[in-house]
Amino acid sequence: MTEMLIQARGLTKTYGDFVAVDGIDFDVAKGESFGFLGPNGAGKSTTMRIIGATSVRTSGTLTILGKDPEVNGPQIRAHLGVVPQQDNLDNELTVSENIFIYGRYFGLSSSFINKKIPELLEFAQLEEKKDTKVEALSGGMKRRLTIARSLVSEPDILMLDEPTTGLDPQARHILWDRLFRLKEQGVTLLITTHYMDEAEQLCDRLIVMDRGKIMAEDSPAQLIKTYSTKEVLEVRFGSDRNQEMVEVLRPLADRIEVLPDRILLYATDGEQLLEQITAKGIHPNTSLVRRSSLEDVFLRLTGRSLVE
Amino acid sequence: MTSNAVALSERRLGKFGDKYFAGRPQQVLLRNWLSFKSSAWIAVVSGFLEPVLYLLSFGYGIGELVGNISTPGGDISYAAYIAPGLLATSAMNGAMLDSTWNVFFKLNESRLYKAMLATSLGPLDVALGEIAWALMRGGLYATAFTIIIAGLGLVTSWWAILAIPAAIIVAFGFASFGMAITSFMKSHHQMNFFEIFLLPMFLFSGAFYPLTVFPGWAQAIIKALPLRQAIELVTRAMNGEFGINILVNFTYFLVMICVGLFFTTKRLNALFMK
Repeated sequence: MTEMLIQARGLTKTYGDFVAVDGIDFDVAKGESFGFLGPNGAGKSTTMRIIGATSVRTSGTLTILGKDPEVNGPQIRAHLGVVPQQDNLDNELTVSENIFIYGRYFGLSSSFINKKIPELLEFAQLEEKKDTKVEALSGGMKRRLTIARSLVSEPDILMLDEPTTGLDPQARHILWDRLFRLKEQGVTLLITTHYMDEAEQLCDRLIVMDRGKIMAEDSPAQLIKTYSTKEVLEVRFGSDRNQEMVEVLRPLADRIEVLPDRILLYATDGEQLLEQITAKGIHPNTSLVRRSSLEDVFLRLTGRSLVE
Repeated sequence: MTSNAVALSERRLGKFGDKYFAGRPQQVLLRNWLSFKSSAWIAVVSGFLEPVLYLLSFGYGIGELVGNISTPGGDISYAAYIAPGLLATSAMNGAMLDSTWNVFFKLNESRLYKAMLATSLGPLDVALGEIAWALMRGGLYATAFTIIIAGLGLVTSWWAILAIPAAIIVAFGFASFGMAITSFMKSHHQMNFFEIFLLPMFLFSGAFYPLTVFPGWAQAIIKALPLRQAIELVTRAMNGEFGINILVNFTYFLVMICVGLFFTTKRLNALFMK
């Protein structure tokens, strides 16, 4: 049987009248890469903070490595590597000093940390920057350093809150590659993201969250299979005509979604559907056939886009 | 499976305040030292200069007009008269510099405490570490000031050496209280409260003249202020006056230290463990 590192039942967090996390249940297995997918304000970061023992749940139960964060906050934090959404590196220190002092916060010995620093700098591809003040680093470097820093305590679970938000495409890919390596080493990853490609790339299993609730839970492939068709045909008629075309197109597709700038037609075979449409004398300004993604799953589940 | 960090975090488990204190405030001090090493020393010197400049300009400038002052211990120069008060002020300044603006920055802008509290450190570690750092600066200023007044021949007895521990107690009190108040401040605007409060306290706490120039009710108010208590504590320690009075001054600071620590810890917990 797989060992469950995290178990949440009826996990709830309210701020006054506002319900940030609304009675969610989930399990995370050892070595798993587990994602929280949802738009901003879905309750992902709040859930992460509760797991990170820096926020107290309102109700429900939560066990992390057999411990309750309400009772064993510091002990749970000792198990975790935390990469927050906003970098909180120590700008007044150098790259290696950042790793060093972070290890000291955990009480680790200087000799232990000093042995780890070269290894972590290599992982973060920051060897040449080791004596540079953090302020001078690029966004991607800062994020990699934040990850390297969180690994100094050899955490059982690495928590990444929106790890690539604000990074350029190249920096994102470097970061994904680094996270893959950790996954291969058997580190349990918890990732929140509102990027579907990130969730597809990194997560073995994920929960789709919206307004504090879990809308679905499965592997990315299975979620797409369950909640969407194999392919999607995207057509544009110009913003004026999109609406009037909807009724004409509706009977042709398995399902139809109307976005402000385009219409999404769900079908097993997108090309075939496009042929059908053109055979009827309908000619969209542009058309595109693509595979279904988690974006489509989210749209189906909530009626809204992930990134708005 | 159990990593090193976990074993370390379990050491204080079951002991008093284990959720708030990991027993590692020295790591917060170490962090400040790493940051300080490479920072501008000029900031340290400038904070120290203020009371020294007061001593030179008032002590020797106005001192020329005032002449000698008669005290129970005999006649002393005006510069010697104001030296203990300025020493207490120096300790206060040093402690307040770190525990107010610097703490405000770390709380609100650099998110440093947030990073610290995501580790197995607790809020009391952060509070104690920061306060200890601030009081070290206060202690450093006070020690340097003592050396200067000794060099200027303004101390008459060996008791003056006690000015240093007295000033450290003063710095501890101000650092602790300063950080507690800072932790409740929400904007730069509100931080100006400290200036509004500190300057009049400095001018009216009787560092430059005896409190007897004020009516009784005003004296009572001033005597309740921390800087007046600090001046009395330092002066009495320097004069070797050990009686009930210095005990009252000492207790005043002990209360200030404890209340400050309590509220700082509570507030950090509320801010970062909500």
